[in-house]
Amino acid sequence: MSFLDHLPVLVVLLPALTAVALLFIGDGGGDVHGSHGHHRLKWARRVSLASVVLFALLAALLVARAADGSILVVRVGEWPAPFGIALVVDRLGALMVALTAAVAVPVLLYATGGWDSHGRHFHPMFQFQLMGLAGAFVTGDLFNLFVFFEVLLIASYVLMLHGQGRERFKAGLHYVVLNLVASALFLIGVSLLYAQTGTLNLVDLALRVPQLQGDDAAIAQAAGLVLLVVFGFKAALVPLAVWLPGTYAATSAPVAALFAIMTKVGVYSLLRVHGVVFGDGAGSGPATGPAAMAAEPWILPLALATCVVGVMGALASRTLPRLVAWLTVASVGTVLAGVGLFTPAAWAASLYYMINSTLVIAGLFLLGEIVASQRGDAADHLEPGAAVGQPVLLGLAMLLAAASAAGLPPLPGFIGKLMLLEAAAPHAWVVAVWAVVLGAGFLTLVGLARAGSILFWHVRDDLPACTASGGSRRLQLATGLLLAMTVAMSVFAGPVQRYTAAAAVQLGDRAAYGRAVLGENVQTTRPYRFDAPAKEAPR
Amino acid sequence: MTLSLEFLVATGIGWVTACGILLLLRGRSFPVVLGLSMIGYAVNVFIFVMGRLWTGAPPILGTGATNFADPLPQALVLTAIVIGFATTGFVIELALRNRHDGGSDHVDGLSDEDVRHREGPPEGYK
Repeated sequence: MSFLDHLPVLVVLLPALTAVALLFIGDGGGDVHGSHGHHRLKWARRVSLASVVLFALLAALLVARAADGSILVVRVGEWPAPFGIALVVDRLGALMVALTAAVAVPVLLYATGGWDSHGRHFHPMFQFQLMGLAGAFVTGDLFNLFVFFEVLLIASYVLMLHGQGRERFKAGLHYVVLNLVASALFLIGVSLLYAQTGTLNLVDLALRVPQLQGDDAAIAQAAGLVLLVVFGFKAALVPLAVWLPGTYAATSAPVAALFAIMTKVGVYSLLRVHGVVFGDGAGSGPATGPAAMAAEPWILPLALATCVVGVMGALASRTLPRLVAWLTVASVGTVLAGVGLFTPAAWAASLYYMINSTLVIAGLFLLGEIVASQRGDAADHLEPGAAVGQPVLLGLAMLLAAASAAGLPPLPGFIGKLMLLEAAAPHAWVVAVWAVVLGAGFLTLVGLARAGSILFWHVRDDLPACTASGGSRRLQLATGLLLAMTVAMSVFAGPVQRYTAAAAVQLGDRAAYGRAVLGENVQTTRPYRFDAPAKEAPR
Repeated sequence: MTLSLEFLVATGIGWVTACGILLLLRGRSFPVVLGLSMIGYAVNVFIFVMGRLWTGAPPILGTGATNFADPLPQALVLTAIVIGFATTGFVIELALRNRHDGGSDHVDGLSDEDVRHREGPPEGYK
């Protein structure tokens, strides 16, 4: 085995070890006054940034390895696949790890501009969050997915409260309690599924769920729907989306930007469990059983409702972070609408749109804070205030982000939506999908145009114009990086689109997935029989 | 008529879960934490039971037994207990901090005055 064969482990280990090292380095005891400039904090920043850049390089290598269609499998501890935990990276997994890195590098750069000194242990928690994200995307085991969910959630609880403040603690308590309930449901879903199939390996599940018949299939379907609730909650699928805007608006800008990827963990898990395990295999692989497509009647209507609720919330928002948070909900709705169409073409469109929307939303959170810091007392409230210090630069950045979020040509949001509309054409719900996706795009544009014109044009002349003090080079560079990446998505639309299309096709090919993980002669026998045990002789 | 073990365990899990949900929906953070713990207990037992209820069946091969209990749910439940313990500790600390900073243990940060205003005076209160 060469070094590169261990890539799936490395992307998890690197942030974990860095986090431990960062805990040893410490941050100079940040307090309410901040520890800005403390030499320990400076070292923590260097180590953390270096580690994230290395993480991005590993993610790029992972994508390069997975791009040719090979599935990287690491059997942890060399236990054979259905029994031990296998880390499996296909095109989708590699793409998600790369997307995490693409968000993490600018966000960390932004946070080192000052936010990391507003409390303690920002950098270790950031690394633990990355570890949880990377782990969730590389694992090939359902229970392991739960464990990595918990890792990323516990880190996110602390990050969400970073900087503290009354509003943040209140929103934080809601966030933590709701997520703990979701975790309990996750466990119920996982153990129900285990009880029916006798396995937790995602590949093995994908092969055994279609074999279930009768009552077993019905219970497996119930388990699938419990998991739909859990993943829908993480992804902010209506009616489980109401927690998101308050949480994202209450937390600090870099954390909210990093959380842009958190909803995508829900989307990813939905694709893995409902697209692959409960999927119809896109015509290949074993025949589908009665348990298949358990979530099909739910995902598309709920996703379209999410879109509508998201843009409505955005239109009603009174602060910029809340507006962006509602746009996150709307974008998740668009992505899940593609997932709910259950065709490779729609999945390809969803993945493409998801990459773009994640980058744009993260960029908008960061940009929003820079703009707010240059508006004096009005800050992030959408009401006329002092003139912004750098109207041209920030205004153009806002225009770019808004156009991309709303899906105007030639920006990638447009390409993604076009792919989605095209993929929806043969579906029975085509009219609803077209109406909602196009309408949501238009209303997003209206919402952002309203916000932009208030922020940049409705200037109160009686207030002195603000200076550009709030926007240091580093903060603007970080935000610029995210926006530049969305432009790059447009320039390199061809290769990216081919990659997402191939990833979507690969998801449908369960037979190849099974061969890669379980070996040539696929074993699908249950290690334990649960038939009623023979009546024991009374003792 | 005899009650099967499965029926008793299932009813017990259902009862504890119901109590947990009831507590979870209360307005003060302490009952909410208690509710979370109870749901956690119910879920842990649920995972355990998903390996089916066995009597006299060891989870280890080579003991000469003919029936074997499934050891995997037992391993899973250990993981779930550890994670549940850590998160409960965290949520207690967070609730305390919320009470300290917000001046109230109401989950929405309402003061006692607000709660009385919203829900009316408690029974027997003049």
